[in-house]
Amino acid sequence: MRYEAPTTTKDAVALLHKAKGNAFVLAGGTDLLVRMKSDLVEADVLIDIKRIPSMQTITSTGGAFRIGSSVCGAEMGENKALVKAWPGVVEAANLIGSDQIQGRCTMAGNLCNASPAADSVPALVAARAKVVIVGPKGRRTLPVEKVVTGPGTTSLKKGEIVESISLPKSQAKSADAYLRFIPRTEMDIAVCSAGVNLTIGARGVIKKARVVLGAVAPTVVVVPAAARAMVGSKLDEATLAKVAKACEAACSPIDDKRGTIEFRTEVAGVMAKRAAKIAYQRAGGK
Amino acid sequence: MSGIHVSTTINGDAVEYVCRPGEVLLDVLRDRLGLTGAKEGCGTGDCGACSVTLDGRLVCSCLVLGAEAEGREVNTVEGLADGNTLHPLQTNFIKHAALQCGICTPGFLVASKVLLDRNPNPTETEIRYALAGNLCRCTGYDKIVRAVQSSAKQLAKDATKMKAKAERKKNKSKTKKKRA
Repeated sequence: MRYEAPTTTKDAVALLHKAKGNAFVLAGGTDLLVRMKSDLVEADVLIDIKRIPSMQTITSTGGAFRIGSSVCGAEMGENKALVKAWPGVVEAANLIGSDQIQGRCTMAGNLCNASPAADSVPALVAARAKVVIVGPKGRRTLPVEKVVTGPGTTSLKKGEIVESISLPKSQAKSADAYLRFIPRTEMDIAVCSAGVNLTIGARGVIKKARVVLGAVAPTVVVVPAAARAMVGSKLDEATLAKVAKACEAACSPIDDKRGTIEFRTEVAGVMAKRAAKIAYQRAGGK
Repeated sequence: MSGIHVSTTINGDAVEYVCRPGEVLLDVLRDRLGLTGAKEGCGTGDCGACSVTLDGRLVCSCLVLGAEAEGREVNTVEGLADGNTLHPLQTNFIKHAALQCGICTPGFLVASKVLLDRNPNPTETEIRYALAGNLCRCTGYDKIVRAVQSSAKQLAKDATKMKAKAERKKNKSKTKKKRA
């Protein structure tokens, strides 16, 4: 195996594109190194992207954020402006693992690892994040929901690397929230989860909403019906019941050691309701 | 398989080593450098027994490649004591019997140090969350939490004493100057 630590995106792309055998991008390594140690993957080349300056920073331009691919979760949590603008995205990223894992794990890695239970992805999709991908043919930008195509698979082509993830400017009277269900307090993988992003108008009536579920289908699920149910409401009980129902209808989960189909379906609705309430309150609704 | 030459800083000392590309930092520390404080529990980032800091950030050294330490600063449990003087965390872990078999202890000490550096007066909940990435299978967490709480108190006391001492020294030199 070879280890490479390029210092530019261009070099990283060239290395990845020209690599013979199995080449992997090493961001935080908290998934990749575990898979390598468990003999689930055999790497011929590792391309460490933590020496590429443009991938190491969080930058803010006119209220929009660009998060480099090798920025770790802990660093996101330490960025006050980012936490203020996108509390749901940051809380989702910060739910991944312990402090030790937070010192390494990245959102880009969480995305490209393509687990249906990835915590940051529903929140990113709810926030309408975009992903900047660089490859041998240049740069392209994709909505975040177009990256993961199924468990463990992405739409990235050979030689392509996620360079950064962009979050739009957070609108006035808007907020996001993310919640997941796990059978204990911390340090677990989502049984099901929900990300909600909403904007309220005069007198606290919801003007815009986006509801996204995680771990209840091969990829995250956007639930427009749940968002439609919220718009025009102040999240009264009847609305929340409709939101839950719409979410349940959108679920197509699997049975596994973490949860049954029935459990995941029901709890996904509950997570969506609770995340909506948190987002609503954060946006200034009462 | 070619070796990778790495120059890094460990516990303040410049260190050089050659490692295999896939070799993790934990193995470099233990097998190449004789720093056997960090332990391998799970090897997959779940137990925290291998905790060290990399450029000040708490990480599992089992999930860092040795090659990644190039030009970085690594701190391990070996750097905690000041010569023969144990760090307050170490003395309090002993005082509160916060260890039995000791495998998890180096990781708990390193993680607790990072916590107290960042948050000198943590609540019990904050301590438990900060140490959630460290597993202990024999002592139980209560004694560990109490050891960290006592350390926080002691460190705060020491800091106040140091400040008072510095203040006295300052005043003394002022009086001296006045007399002069």
